[in-house]
Amino acid sequence: MTDTAIVKTRGEFADVIYHLVRDPLGCTGFVIVLAFVFAALFADFIVPYDPIALNIKERLQGPSLSHLMGTDQLGRDTFSRVLMGSRVALQVALPTIGGAMFIGILLGMIAGFGSRTVDNAIILFFDTIRSFPTVMFALAVVALVGPSLKTVIFVIMMTSIPTYGRVVRTQTLSLRNSEFILAERSLGASVARILGVHILPNVMGPLAVLAAMDIPTVVGLEAGLSFLGMGVKPPTPSWGSILNDGYTLIRNTPWIIVAGGIPLILTTLGFTFLGEALRDVVDPKLRGQK
Amino acid sequence: MLKFATKRIGLALVIAALSVTLLFIIIHLIPGDPARTMLGPRATAEMIADLQARMGLDKTLVEQILIFFGNMLRGDLGMDIFSNRPVATIVFEQLPHTLALILSAIAWSATLGIFLGCFSAVRRNSLADRITGVLAVSFIAAPAFVIALYSLLLFAVKLKWFPAIGAGEPGDIGDIIWHLVLPSFAIGLSWVGYIARLVRASMLEIMGEGHVRTARAFGLPENWITYRYALKLAILPTVTVIGVGMGFLLSAAVFAEIVFSRPGLGKLVIDSITTRNYPVVMGSVLVSTILFVASTTLSDIVNAILDPRIRQAK
Repeated sequence: MTDTAIVKTRGEFADVIYHLVRDPLGCTGFVIVLAFVFAALFADFIVPYDPIALNIKERLQGPSLSHLMGTDQLGRDTFSRVLMGSRVALQVALPTIGGAMFIGILLGMIAGFGSRTVDNAIILFFDTIRSFPTVMFALAVVALVGPSLKTVIFVIMMTSIPTYGRVVRTQTLSLRNSEFILAERSLGASVARILGVHILPNVMGPLAVLAAMDIPTVVGLEAGLSFLGMGVKPPTPSWGSILNDGYTLIRNTPWIIVAGGIPLILTTLGFTFLGEALRDVVDPKLRGQK
Repeated sequence: MLKFATKRIGLALVIAALSVTLLFIIIHLIPGDPARTMLGPRATAEMIADLQARMGLDKTLVEQILIFFGNMLRGDLGMDIFSNRPVATIVFEQLPHTLALILSAIAWSATLGIFLGCFSAVRRNSLADRITGVLAVSFIAAPAFVIALYSLLLFAVKLKWFPAIGAGEPGDIGDIIWHLVLPSFAIGLSWVGYIARLVRASMLEIMGEGHVRTARAFGLPENWITYRYALKLAILPTVTVIGVGMGFLLSAAVFAEIVFSRPGLGKLVIDSITTRNYPVVMGSVLVSTILFVASTTLSDIVNAILDPRIRQAK
């Protein structure tokens, strides 16, 4: 009884933070995510060396105090490149997930609130997009347009729309006949008001969890496509292109691969742990049940 | 049952047709001309016009789609511009390598995943369960191509336990399996995580159901209940996930094939992109998409055969 009383005096946001901090994995995830965002935002100030400056004399070095993660075949400092790589990852993840979420919300609500025909048409559209193996689809588009970050963003966004759309549709469907929506309707509220003011806040929780879980996929895909040479153009450092450098030099030095892979694994782990913890908070039924 | 299967296959055909059309439309909406891209910057206007005519690009979009569907139904995916061999032949030469990789990954990851899921469901909330849980999440999160690179570095380059390149001597089963180990490990790892979590969750759900309680009330041994009754039902969702997983594995296989220089669909696509061999790229993407649609359909039908509740619901 007292516990619920305490929860009520805290705001909703504080409640989320409270439960997050109590969950060790969620906390770890949160710290990693913070570090990632910090690195991406302030990479310019933190990098010890210019990430694209050549220094042939000091090439292919192992980790040392002056080069924390060693150097690559052109003598570029790997640690600086990894830091700058976090920026590319964020640059791709934010617009991709933002765009996919926006279109997903729109289509999902239309499907959930519209007529049966509209619903079926949108579901069919989702199923069609989902029928492409993502990387294969990306390669088909890249083959024509040529490699660029914009292409990567477009393709990953397209293929993520159904993920969000389906969740929004299910939520909208289950809410459209609930009592508070019926009451709102009988008072003459417009469809836009019902969807925007009443249904939207109810789908945001699950969507936030979904987005946190989706970031690893997006970051991994960007790195993967850049690894295949289908993403960023050199000399821009992305975790994928660093890994590609390391792959070609695998018999000369192991350090570039090790250094390029660690931030990628850490970031995906961080967001996944955070997403898991958020889900437990958003869905109180799961709380403490695990 | 027949009705469900017919309906499901019909839907799959519609989706396959739509996705092919969508691929076509996207390619047309995108600025850039395949003929021009393929020939490079020094092509003359006549060369481009000639290639456009050979590829059918001078016709209207609707005509092109219809012609393409007509050809596809006859098993004709166009001609490779360079070697003048049918694209279908080239793609189907590479397909078995990719299929072997994907199927081996599904086989080992499902076996281990089901075991781990079952293991932690039985020991619910114990330390072992928690550790398995964290491991499962970590496996899911790790990008397949990083795992591929790390295992290449550690097991092939440093320790030299496994070969780093190729698919092995054709015909020599031992050698082929030897070459499969690392790529299959790399793309299957995250599926161990998915399947373990799924099996654990559905096991826990089933263990709380009435028929399990009845079995207990009859005094059946706990192991008997767990493995003979609960596990049998708990495996069902895995079938669906494997169907959907085919798409992810087709994507992951691209990376594994590049990292380990294995022949296969993914390597074919990448090589064709570098040589601007457009028909081959389209053909491979198409075949992999149809493969994916077919596998999701198949898993839905298998699921309906195994679980009568699904048949009734639709």
